[in-house]
Amino acid sequence: MSEHNPLLQFKERKPLIDRYHTFNFVNRRGVAPGRVDVSHGNILYLEDVSVSFDGFKALNDLSLYLKEGELRCLIGPNGAGKTTLMDVITGKTRPDTGSVYFGQTINLLEMDEPAIAEAGVCRKFQKPSVFGNLTVFENLELAMKADKRAWKTLFAKLHSEQEEHIDEVLETIGLTELRGRQAGILSHGQKQWLEIGMLLMQEPKVMLVDEPVAGMTHQEVDRTAELLLSLEGKHSVIVVEHDMEFVRSIAKTVTVLHEGSVLTEGTMDDVQNDPRVIQVYLGD
Amino acid sequence: MILNYFKKDMENRIVLSVLLAITLLIPLCNLIFPPDSPLYFSAYSVSLIGKYLCFALLALSLDLVWGYCGILALGQGAFFALGGYAMGMYLMRQIGSRGVYGDPLLPDFMVFLNWKELPWFWQGFDSFPFAMVMVLLAPGILALVFGWLAFRSRVTGVYLSIITQALTYALMLAFFRNEMGFGGNNGLTDFKDILGFNLQTDAVRTVLLMCSGLALLGALLGCQWIARTRLGRVVSALRDQESRVRFIGYRVEMYKLWIFVLSAMLAGVAGALYVPQVGIINPSEFAPLNSLEIVVWVAIGGRGTLFGAIIGAVLVNYMKTVLTGLLPEIWLFTLGAVFILVTVFMPDGLVGLWRKRQELHA
Repeated sequence: MSEHNPLLQFKERKPLIDRYHTFNFVNRRGVAPGRVDVSHGNILYLEDVSVSFDGFKALNDLSLYLKEGELRCLIGPNGAGKTTLMDVITGKTRPDTGSVYFGQTINLLEMDEPAIAEAGVCRKFQKPSVFGNLTVFENLELAMKADKRAWKTLFAKLHSEQEEHIDEVLETIGLTELRGRQAGILSHGQKQWLEIGMLLMQEPKVMLVDEPVAGMTHQEVDRTAELLLSLEGKHSVIVVEHDMEFVRSIAKTVTVLHEGSVLTEGTMDDVQNDPRVIQVYLGD
Repeated sequence: MILNYFKKDMENRIVLSVLLAITLLIPLCNLIFPPDSPLYFSAYSVSLIGKYLCFALLALSLDLVWGYCGILALGQGAFFALGGYAMGMYLMRQIGSRGVYGDPLLPDFMVFLNWKELPWFWQGFDSFPFAMVMVLLAPGILALVFGWLAFRSRVTGVYLSIITQALTYALMLAFFRNEMGFGGNNGLTDFKDILGFNLQTDAVRTVLLMCSGLALLGALLGCQWIARTRLGRVVSALRDQESRVRFIGYRVEMYKLWIFVLSAMLAGVAGALYVPQVGIINPSEFAPLNSLEIVVWVAIGGRGTLFGAIIGAVLVNYMKTVLTGLLPEIWLFTLGAVFILVTVFMPDGLVGLWRKRQELHA
């Protein structure tokens, strides 16, 4: 009987979640507001997202899904739309068309930057932008997940468990020794780690990490790779990076962007042997 | 022990102590010593110093919003004048039937305009507590509405500066109009007494000076406390990296609004203390030039240090008193020249210069 059920056959042939457009088929009921519903395995849904700046299509019908706990690398030549993609997810840029959902139920396009950050989608910028006139410790303190309304911060006291959490993160990013230093005088690599630490302090569900190893030495790159790998499973991470060695060392799935849409997706080896990718990177 | 007290955070503690000394000693000197003693402070110097203290409070309020929050507000004078008008309205109501026209209820200018009854917005100003609440509320609410609209639409930088300047200019034009009911271009003046005490007596002048000194001290300590809280750190972070703060999850516009309103209220208090000491408030206090001058005081003292703003305000105003006495024509040129020299050669003002010296010696 069941063999003749056409729907079941369809399911077996092609799992629902891998279809090109899945979001409209997903059951979105039964989750309390504010909770992230990942019962279908994906934590981020981007479908048909287009952004254009003065006629230039930075994103062109882009669709991308991120699984919960996944570490995804995003590569692509300059101008492929990687940073614009992050801008769209974090609320900095509003797309012209398309939908962006966090879990099955939270529409990120209806929220502004602080609300998106509050919900658990956090971002590290391409250029390290730590707060130079505050200490390393204070930088982490400001990033800490807490009630971030103005009145609350006026009387906010640091609890001992919060301080321990900051110390843990300092340990993770290897800046324990420098906790009292002004962040402005850190080296470039240290600033990058501090930024990653600030991301961790926000206890995000999705981390968007833009060029974490730009300008780092070899040892620093290795340590950053270790750091990001240790996050896999705990957080869902998208890493944008140009350094192919680094991408190879951390990536299980790589997404290649080209001219604002997804060119291909797969393991590093698949992607590197894909003739289209070679063409995009090396030209004709 | 005293030396130890000054070692930590030295400049700030010196300023605090000097302020405290001025607040306590000058009234004493004025009241105790006879007029021929070298330690005597004349009524003129008392109200002059009282005026400086009000300007210092005004400069402090600007430094809070400019130095800490990075909002170059070129309309700080508007909040100062609004606080001043609130106080002036109370003082007008205090005159009672002693005005030229002898009307028990209406101030002279209303009688002159043939008004028959007190406008609604003058109601309640016969009560001192009500007037004091309005000293805070009038600038506070204006700042709240203006700031909410501006910060929510993410107006920043030069554009914000320009619209604050336009705000104070618009208010000046409005207050110049007789129909507004604030005395037109003559403003409010001929005050007689405050809380039943004659404004012309030495005792009242010295008490006003003490109030100004205490208000300044309180505001300085309060602002320093805020700067030390997490809110203070968020605010100084958003001054340098606004969008980053937003991506961490802070509602930047609420923080700016909070600081802007607080700063407007401080400016209002300064205005309210200023008016009884100079005996007049008129629309020229709204002049855009006044607001620009405050920026110069803060820049000369040292932006973002709080006490630097106080030093700058007192110093520039002392220079102004001396120079306008000697050579009135050159005052504005001097002010301009000083401002240019300071921005070019000491970007961090006098405090920055002093700190650099300290570092060189250390």
